Parts: sequence; structure tokens; C-alpha cells
Amino acid sequence: MEFDVILGNAARAGLGPQAAIFALAAIGLNLHFGYAGLLNFGQVGFMMLGAYGTAIMVATWGGSLWLGIPFGLGLCVAFALALGIPTLRLRSDYFAITTIAAAEIMRLLIRSSPATDITGGPFGLQAIATSFYDLNFLPDGRFGWGTFSFSSNQLWVMLVAWVLVVLCSALVLGLIRSPWGRVVRAIREDEDAVLSLGKNTVAYKLQALAIGGVIGGLAGVIDALQQSGVGSENFEPQVTFFAWAALILGGLATTVGPVVGAMLFWFLREGVESFIRELSAQSWLPSALADFLDGAEGAISVALMGVGLVALMALRPQGIFGRRRNLHLGT
Amino acid sequence: MSNARSLRIAVALLAVAMLPLFLSGPAHAQDGEGEAFSGTLRFDGEPVEGVRISVVDVAGQTIGEAVSAADGTWRIPLPGPGTYRATIDIDTLPEGVTLRDPERETLEVTVTPGRSRPLIFALGEGVTSGPTVGEKLAQAVLNGVKFGLIIAMCAIGLSLIFGLTGLINFAHGELVTLGAILAWYFNADTFGAPLILAGVLAVVVAGAAGGGVEFSLLRPLRARRLGGFQFMVVTIGLSLLARHVMLLFFGPDRERFVDYALQAEWTFGPFAVTPRDFTIMALSTVILIAVAVFLQKARTGKAIRAVADNPELAESSGIDVDRVVLVVWIAGAALAAVGGVFFGSVEAIDWLMGFRLLLLMFAAVVLGGLGTAYGAMVGGLLIGLVTEVSTVWASPEIKSVFALGVLVLVLLVRPQGILGQRERVG
Repeated sequence: MEFDVILGNAARAGLGPQAAIFALAAIGLNLHFGYAGLLNFGQVGFMMLGAYGTAIMVATWGGSLWLGIPFGLGLCVAFALALGIPTLRLRSDYFAITTIAAAEIMRLLIRSSPATDITGGPFGLQAIATSFYDLNFLPDGRFGWGTFSFSSNQLWVMLVAWVLVVLCSALVLGLIRSPWGRVVRAIREDEDAVLSLGKNTVAYKLQALAIGGVIGGLAGVIDALQQSGVGSENFEPQVTFFAWAALILGGLATTVGPVVGAMLFWFLREGVESFIRELSAQSWLPSALADFLDGAEGAISVALMGVGLVALMALRPQGIFGRRRNLHLGT
Repeated sequence: MSNARSLRIAVALLAVAMLPLFLSGPAHAQDGEGEAFSGTLRFDGEPVEGVRISVVDVAGQTIGEAVSAADGTWRIPLPGPGTYRATIDIDTLPEGVTLRDPERETLEVTVTPGRSRPLIFALGEGVTSGPTVGEKLAQAVLNGVKFGLIIAMCAIGLSLIFGLTGLINFAHGELVTLGAILAWYFNADTFGAPLILAGVLAVVVAGAAGGGVEFSLLRPLRARRLGGFQFMVVTIGLSLLARHVMLLFFGPDRERFVDYALQAEWTFGPFAVTPRDFTIMALSTVILIAVAVFLQKARTGKAIRAVADNPELAESSGIDVDRVVLVVWIAGAALAAVGGVFFGSVEAIDWLMGFRLLLLMFAAVVLGGLGTAYGAMVGGLLIGLVTEVSTVWASPEIKSVFALGVLVLVLLVRPQGILGQRERVG
């Protein structure tokens, strides 16, 4: 059993672009639910719009990447308004159901054949990130040790992504400490009280939804840059659940929670997968078991993640950094 | 994300479980042996030339393209065994020629090692000779009622569990899948039981599983005063666990029940229905009526409605709330499993069927009014009708989009749903 390989894989996943993408998605969710009390189960929809907006501008319309990114983020704002205006005055469970459905419906539309001319349909869009990698000033080659190593372009994505994670964390921290953030948190605690003070609570919730959605959209942009393409199968509802898992693991309504949660989520997930891959190659294992494990690491790690979520809720529902008093949030 | 991609690749690996053959794929493909898609395009017996066909893998990566030759033949070599999607480019078809079945524009096919797999894109006349809009509408209404009855049955448990405990059960779709997969095992695998017996067994096991989850996990957690959000996360965890355990054992492929797979249709005027689907619709209607009668007349049914209305008042008037919740979990899980068996007979069984249905169930319960059994029934029927009727005019790929359109419309004008009470929206 090569533990250095497993550890290297896990560490690479915990620091890699995927972890940064999920950290961004979770920071957005944290603003939505942790601070504003909005139970958004459609975060993947915002990610999809950020990614597809960027890719469509570049690959379909031949525009510049630097026009595509703001276009994708603009679509996120539009989605937040379209989603929020009919649903935000409803109770949070209605909101959760509507958001998860809206994101999935959008995915079905994007991958449908009538949309193929614009979105690439089931084929997706490719070769969109050339001008992003042209900016890479890092030297060529691979950096790191053993399985814990990155190419120059991977490091470049990671650098940009983690800088964005820090900036977005700082932005959310600044926002919730501002007067605006106090109103938003007060809405979370008691919307009627805030209404009676003459505040337009729906407008505040819409703003929180749009800002968190744009941060989610940034996650999608990074994903599109990282893969230099988009595909609808990358935006299944499961992605939202994983972002939630990262946020809950780190702790709701904390600044570092979503970031550390996302890193730990990917560290554990890749660690388990790598461990099972190594295990299935061991000669002492009965061959029936080895055959069963071979290629099954993806399903096993997600199944274990399900067990982990149940256990976390039963044993430490506030996550790593969360505070128990924030547990009554939401429904 | 690439996690979804790696999962799918893992799944594909699991399906073929023949990793070494992946390595030798491309070399074979060069010399005309090895894995490939091939076929001959004909229209009225004449070969069709110049039609483009392209192949992608399950991750959407382009594998190859071919244009049919003068004798109508085409061939696309594949890098190895696995599942691929082949799409015929209908824009390159000659004037007046279309696909006989427009839904078969893209075929998803699994290729076994070393096999060249023939694909058939059946070409036919232009749409002029197809059924009229009226005939299509009649058929779509029939399909909608069938689909809607199944959704309604699946969604009753979801809605009642919410009404009783305020819990949105994200694992409800997995109960649907569990019913279908268990029935498939009893029907096909080692047991070889007839489908009706297999279905009953599956429903019993699924009901027990639902009751087990409530009794051994959710009830103790409720006693610890866990919040609504935490409960939602628990059900998400359960759904991830159940779904992927079923993937491990059932595999990623779509399967069909052995019994009642192919039947001749009965025709009543503009409607055509197989005896199987007719039986399913009749049984679903009977079951839904039985649930309604139970809720109206039986002691436990009245207790369920009382708890859904006001748990504190119900408890103080001597109703054992825990017992009522347990009954609803068992019955709701069993109904979902019945829906799964029916849905599996009508379409096919795969590990994601329940999860895909979950979104439509959500739409149905919100549409009808969260927390009520009758709301789930009305909402389910409406969602089924809207999705199927939309296919008369729109592409079937986006039929679920119309369900959401109706959902958003209802939320705008009547947010409590069709049968919900205004105070529930709070």
C-alpha cells in the first residue's frame, strides 16, 4: 500500500482547482443561507450560467474571453432576479424546491438539441481559455513531489482561483459587517421585525441572492477556464449537494468555514478514492472483492460522503468552525 | 465538475470491468477490427450518401465523425469498449427524408470489447404522413394521465411527511428506485418470480426500509431537537448513500423487467394503450382512491390529517404522533415503491430514475399544496399532463421545462398551491 501516493493525491485534490471552485460556490451559499437565510439548492445553476455565458461568448459568438466573463456573471444576476422575484416572498422550503428545479431545468434546456447551435447541446463547447493561459507568467514544467505535482497551467488556474477565494471571502466579510449585512442578518433572524422597521426585505434578499449567485458564477467561470470548455454533465444537481456538504463541514455563517470545508471535502474524497484504488490492486485481497472494488471508487466515496453527512448532523451539526447558536437557521 | 465526469468514467469502467482492453483499443481500431459503430443508411431501399454521423463518449468528448458513402455505409472506429452516443446530423439528410422516429436522433449504445456494433438510423418520409395534431394530442393526454398517476402515487409520501414533520425528504426518489430495482432482482435475477409477486415483495421491503429509517434514525434525531435544515441535510446524506449503493450493486445500465416487456396495443378511437399500461393506470387510480378513502374514513387516516393540520393540538387530544409519523413513512415509502415498479415497467429501470423523478415530485407537491395528500394527487396529474402534452409541440427533451413553467406561474398567482391553505405559506 503506497501511502505517499494516496496522501499526494489527496493533498493535490485539497489544494487543486476543484477545491477552489467548490470553495467559491460554498462562499456564495454561505452568504445565501448562513447570513441571509435563503435556502438555495440551485447554486449549480449559477455556476452553469457563469461557465456557459463565458464559453458561449468565446466559442459561439467569437467574442473575447474578457467580455465573456462579465457576460456570464451578468446572466447570474438575471437568473437571481428571475428566480427571486416570484419565490422570495415564499417560505424557505418553497424556495429550496424551486431553486433545485430551476437549475436542473436550465441544464436540460442547455443540453437539448434545439439549443445545440448556441450551447453545443450534449457536446458542450471547447477551446475557450486560450487568452487566459496566454497570461500565465509561471515557468513551464511540473512542480511538486510524486503524485502531489502540478503543471504550469494548473498552477496558474490555482493561483487565480485561490486569489478569488480570498477576495470573495473578504468581500462577504466586509458586506456582512456593513449596515447592509446587519439588515440581512436581521432578516434571517426575524423578517417581520425588519419589515416593521420599514425595510424592503425582498429587495435585500434579492441583493443577497444576486451577490452569492455571482460568486457561484465565478466558480463556474474558473471551472470553464480550468477545463478550457463546458459540458452540461458537469452541472448536475449533485454539484449543489457537494457544495453544501463542503459548507456544512466547515461551518455555516463563518468566514473560513466554506474555504476549509471545500479543501477538506476534496482531500477526504480523493483520499478515499485513491485508497480504494490502491486497495483493489493488493494481491492479498480475495479476487472477488478486488473485482468489486476495481473502478468502484467513485460510487463508494460518494456513498461514504452520504454516511458522513448523516453522522455530521447527528454528532456535530454546526460543522468545524460553526457556532451552535446559529443552528436554528432556516426552516 | 470533473467529479461528475470521473464518477461517470468510474461507472463506465464498472460496467465493462475490462480495464486492460482499454489499452489495446486504438491499435485495433486502425486495422478495421476492434470496437466501432457502423451502419448503412437507406431510404426506400436506396442508399443515402453524404449524411454526417458523429460520436461522443459519455463525458461529451468527441470521438469521431463519418459521412455515409455512395453505398450508404459508414463506420466510426472507437477507442475502446464503453458507452458512446452517436448522433445523426439531420441537416445533412437529403430533401424530403427525415428520421422515422425523431427521438432516435441520438443513440446511446454500449460497445463490448472487440465488437463492431451496427447502428440503425431508420429513415422515412417527411412528417406529412404522420399522425394529426388531434391524434397526437389524444395520445399525449393518455400518456400524461399515466405518467401523472405514477408521479401522484410517488409524491403522496413526500407531501404527507412534509405535512407531519416539516421535513423535505430528498431521499424520497431513492425509495422509488429501490422499489423498481428490488422488483427487477426478484423478477429477473436469481429468484425468477413473476413480476406481480416480485413487485409486491419489493413494495413490502421498501415500506420496511422507510419505516426503518424513520424509527431508527429520524425519530431519535427529532428527540434531540435537530433543526429543519439539519434534517434536510440528513436526507441528502441518505439519498447519496442509497443511490450510490444501488449503483454499486445494480450498475449504471438501464434494464427492463422480464415480464410484460412487449405487448400489442389496444386501440380505443384515438387512444392506443398496451394492456400493461392500461392495468397500471387502473391500479394507480384504485390505489389513489383507496388512499383518499383511508384518509377520510379510517381512524389512522383521520389522525394523519389531524397531525398534518396541527401537531400540538393532535398530540394533546391523545393522538400518538410518533406512531402516525411511522405509519406515514411506511405507507409513503411503499407507495413510492409501487410507483417505481410501475414506472420501471412503463419505461426502464436505472439507478438514477428516482432522483430524476424527485424534481417532478417536488413540482407536483408545490403545485398541489405542500403537506396535503390530495395536493400531491392533483399536482402529480397536472405535472404529468403538462409534461406529456408539451411534447405535441415541443422537443421531448425539454418536456420537464414546461412542468417548471407551470410551477412558477402557480407560485406567482397562488403561492400556497392549488389545494393549500394560505397560512401554510407563512
